[in-house]
Amino acid sequence: MKLLIKNGRVIDPSTGTDETLDILITEGKIASLNSRIEAPDAEVIDASRLVVAPGFIDMHVHLREPGEEHKEDIASASQAAARGGFTTICAMPNTKPPNDNRGVTEYLVSEAKKRAVVNIFPIAAITRGLAGQELTDMADLGEAGAVAFSDDGQPVANSLVLRRALEYSRFLGKLIIDHCEDKNLTEDGVMHEGEMAYRLGLKGMPAAAEEIVIARDLILAELTRSRLHLAHLSTKGGLELLRQAKKKGLDVSAEVTPHHLVLTDESLASYNTNFKVNPPLRSEEHRRALVEGLKDGTIDIIATDHAPHTEEEKDVELDRAPFGLIGLETAVPLILDRFVQKNVISLERFVQLMATKPAELLGLKNKGRIAVGADADLTLLNLRKEFTVDVNHFASKSRNCPFSGWKLKGMAVMTIVGGKIVYQL
Amino acid sequence: MQEKIKARVMDATKIRRVLHRLTTEILERNRNLKNLVIVGLRTRGIYLGKRIAALIKELERVEIPVGVLDITLYRDDFSELETQHMVQKTEIPFPVAKKDVLLVDDVLFTGRTIRAAMDGLFDLGRPKTIQLLVLIDRGHRELPIRADYVGKVLPTSRKELVQVRLKEVDGTDEVLITEPAGK
Amino acid sequence: MSPEFSPQFRHYHLLGIEDLDAAEIMTILDTATSMAEISEREIKKVPTLRGKTVVNLFFEPSTRTRSSFELAAKRLSADIVNFSLQASSVVKGESLKDTVRNLEAMATDALVIRHSCSGAPHYIASFCRSHVINAGDGSHEHPTQALLDAFTIRQFKKRLKGLKVVIVGDILHSRVARSNLYLLRKLGAEVVLCGPPSLVPPEFSFWGAKIEYKLEEALEGADVIMMLRIQKERQKANFFPSVREYRNLYCLTETRFKLAKKDAIIMHPGPINRGIEIDSCLADSVQSVILKQVANGIAVRMAVLYLLLGGKEREAAD
Repeated sequence: MKLLIKNGRVIDPSTGTDETLDILITEGKIASLNSRIEAPDAEVIDASRLVVAPGFIDMHVHLREPGEEHKEDIASASQAAARGGFTTICAMPNTKPPNDNRGVTEYLVSEAKKRAVVNIFPIAAITRGLAGQELTDMADLGEAGAVAFSDDGQPVANSLVLRRALEYSRFLGKLIIDHCEDKNLTEDGVMHEGEMAYRLGLKGMPAAAEEIVIARDLILAELTRSRLHLAHLSTKGGLELLRQAKKKGLDVSAEVTPHHLVLTDESLASYNTNFKVNPPLRSEEHRRALVEGLKDGTIDIIATDHAPHTEEEKDVELDRAPFGLIGLETAVPLILDRFVQKNVISLERFVQLMATKPAELLGLKNKGRIAVGADADLTLLNLRKEFTVDVNHFASKSRNCPFSGWKLKGMAVMTIVGGKIVYQL
Repeated sequence: MQEKIKARVMDATKIRRVLHRLTTEILERNRNLKNLVIVGLRTRGIYLGKRIAALIKELERVEIPVGVLDITLYRDDFSELETQHMVQKTEIPFPVAKKDVLLVDDVLFTGRTIRAAMDGLFDLGRPKTIQLLVLIDRGHRELPIRADYVGKVLPTSRKELVQVRLKEVDGTDEVLITEPAGK
Repeated sequence: MSPEFSPQFRHYHLLGIEDLDAAEIMTILDTATSMAEISEREIKKVPTLRGKTVVNLFFEPSTRTRSSFELAAKRLSADIVNFSLQASSVVKGESLKDTVRNLEAMATDALVIRHSCSGAPHYIASFCRSHVINAGDGSHEHPTQALLDAFTIRQFKKRLKGLKVVIVGDILHSRVARSNLYLLRKLGAEVVLCGPPSLVPPEFSFWGAKIEYKLEEALEGADVIMMLRIQKERQKANFFPSVREYRNLYCLTETRFKLAKKDAIIMHPGPINRGIEIDSCLADSVQSVILKQVANGIAVRMAVLYLLLGGKEREAAD
């Protein structure tokens, strides 16, 4: 099956490419990349006026399978990803049962082959049962297909355990991703601790709870000379610590979610549970600092932390609602509309955040770039397309989206995975 | 609301003479002044009631107590009002049970205000008798209510307004017939 | 416009003092003045809300607020039903939304809600047809308490503007403190918040309050002293080390009371922890208006019911 994408504006930060090129895809790989390709037996896609980027990679998705398939499953999450312009997603291990053993990892890999329309790579647990005490068989899980390790949902609270995890994983070449939260400081909290929380009478989760753990984690990364990735960074202080660590030459990285870049704790004034998320939406001061981090390169990637919950679970008093919002189908338009269109970051930087850097962090050598021999994972963007977010058309099983009704400009109009068109507008 | 004055039916002199006449009628019919109490309906009924009490004091040297009744909570059109009425205080610092109560209001129209006033009075006690004094009776009764003492009978059309203005509230004594200015 | 008309109260729900302006607050207080007279009659009833149904939906225990609303409704001739759910509906698994919907199916006009979650009345107002009155939501607001407190202050001090009001206790967790702070500031009073630093966050000064950690300093020249309840659970959570220490520092004693103005009044939303928040002799003294607060609660709640339920049925705002 040959696919010829003609006249698209090809943007690939890994090679510094930004020009109009044709791309020929054969058997799931990029066969040719040139200004005018002729391939009479290929299916032609007219990408004029579109941007062609390496397929976007979301390193932080909660599939909810196994165990909570009513919220989301491998198939629906992959369709949501495709609709959102993602060609690869990574599944966090806090499922039921958790992904801390080879059985679950293999299940995910084989089910994804059968039912997923995009690439799904598992992120396996750092500790057994996500209990933070004993390390999992990381090499074994890596062999089964895990691309990184995380206990997301909780921090690895015991510093000694995290130290050992960092040391042990060094020879695997795979990232340890920490969810940085001091659970004692955030106990019973439901939103960011600040003036807004006091006003609404809701228990707050102080920024310090994240910053303290980030500080500890960075010191351990230095001690163990290993790589470390910070999940869903949300604080000004945490960002600054990361900046200093990078200056020192540590191999550390971080991700930020679209909602932390766009929303603040003011959204909670309506007590709408679609704004209840962990880490919480913070005050404007923090949001602005994160945007600066996006611009100056301190932040490496954007990841959605796509966290589906059913309507029944979210349609309750704020205190009782679970944390989380979905993000696969809104991430790309949000960042395009709020930051690229407004010239806060360049289109090239955007692609770097969405594809180049995630591929690099995960060590996926054939993804995140458009070059002969690379996997034919591509995202086609229409920067001019305006639309209104309508949750009723989402492919996700869940509807806990805070951006319902937002008018955005710019979106993915076609997603190609392994040379196959898995989504088109 | 712009309004058009159609007629000035009473001036200060007329009002004074009418109140004088009404007072003598009251005295004629109420032998036992000691049992008489006056209850004025907000707002202008209060001042009319006070003036009558002052006249009785002048003529008979008897002090008749005057109380204030607010009927907002007894209205029968409560659930249909576009804007709510401000509830004011009812101040009747004397018992009404077994008394001859003289209710005083400025204008008698449909009769509903008086019905509400009687309900309000009954919640405070069981009067011996209730008599009604109004300055103007403008007709268009919707309930079987009649006044015992009437200052002036004024035939009006439904869309007209009768406005009693008193010095204590409006700075001048007069009675006007007005019409809302149509467009 | 004729003074008999009060266009100042245009709300469909009463969710918090935050949503009211000074004119609306005055309308409620003035209406309450007229309502108070009804409780002094022999027949304590007027027919105004005849045929209306009010439901007390209390998810937290309460004797005085609930019975206060009950009497207020009854004095206006409304029908009232009491539901004290506490944890039972949660135990049975029924969601808050279903509980409310089931009640509404019985053709209710107003729901009086007390809930331990801040924002619960707002959540309920988003889907129910009836008028919602917040009788206390978590740590967020308790508007009728603040209104009856203001009514009581006005009764004794004839005004609110320019008065020095000191609120003492667990400010952080207190919905009474928040509602009172908003109301008093809207009406021009000076508010001082006093308690241990762990229970009085500096952010409260953003809303116009002065913060004082020493009770003696706070009480200087106070016109009104409002003592709040201290909950023993807060001690377990290390907000203060012990009840003994709290009492030593924050109990309103006779000695401390002398620092206030000579005619200062003492208030407390109740129930009182005698000897911890306030000395018994002061709680029972002539300057304590605590029982007046309770009586005024009924008049204020009658005013709120009247203003919300009276008049043509308005469309519930979004």
